[in-house]
Amino acid sequence: MRIKLLFFASLREQLGIAGEELDLPAEVSTVGALRAHLRQRGPAWQAALAEGKLVRAAVNQGMAGPAVTIVAGDEVAFFPPVTGG
Amino acid sequence: MKISVQREDFDCGAEIEALARGNPRVGALAAFVGSVRDVNEGAEVGRMTLEHYPGMTEKSIGAIVEQARSRWDVIDCTVIHRVGELQPTDRIVLVAVASGHRGDAFAACEFVMDYLKTRAPFWKKERTPEGERWVEARSSDDEAAERWQEVK
Repeated sequence: MRIKLLFFASLREQLGIAGEELDLPAEVSTVGALRAHLRQRGPAWQAALAEGKLVRAAVNQGMAGPAVTIVAGDEVAFFPPVTGG
Repeated sequence: MKISVQREDFDCGAEIEALARGNPRVGALAAFVGSVRDVNEGAEVGRMTLEHYPGMTEKSIGAIVEQARSRWDVIDCTVIHRVGELQPTDRIVLVAVASGHRGDAFAACEFVMDYLKTRAPFWKKERTPEGERWVEARSSDDEAAERWQEVK
């Protein structure tokens, strides 16, 4: 399953990547599972997406909790809590 | 309804004027303007950069404005948020609401601002004498947004 992945702000800097196209194994079908899947990429990913760390996610540009389902073609973004205004 | 995410400055007077012009139903206009301060968390702030998530930003502000319209008498609303490089005293954000009465105008304006601070994907990075740092989200902002779930 192919998705588009985006990172913003401090997360983008920590991971050194703004976005990528990614092929996901079928069992990685939720936001929470994707976050755990990405943690396996190495120490930087483990630290940036560590459990208990405040990381927000969006699916197709709408805020999404860990249980939200991901399907092929989705745009999934991870970012720190927002600080606008 | 006007929603704009832009690098350029805006003219508060002109934006507020435009909201009510020629509409005799408008009896109240409430506006909030946020600007860059030169001090944050005990450090001097020189400049800051505002990053956002193009596409989601406009969508999320649109959804917030729609929620405000469903709760209060909102005749018209303008939200302008700047991105890019900003300096102390620069304007960052304008929320202006036109309504029939002041109660609705004040409440809707504060609601949009509180929700924008916790739900719209903007991030501030400050330059201080010690270097650059990302601004941390505040729990007081979450609390400000949450209280609207109990009101009305």
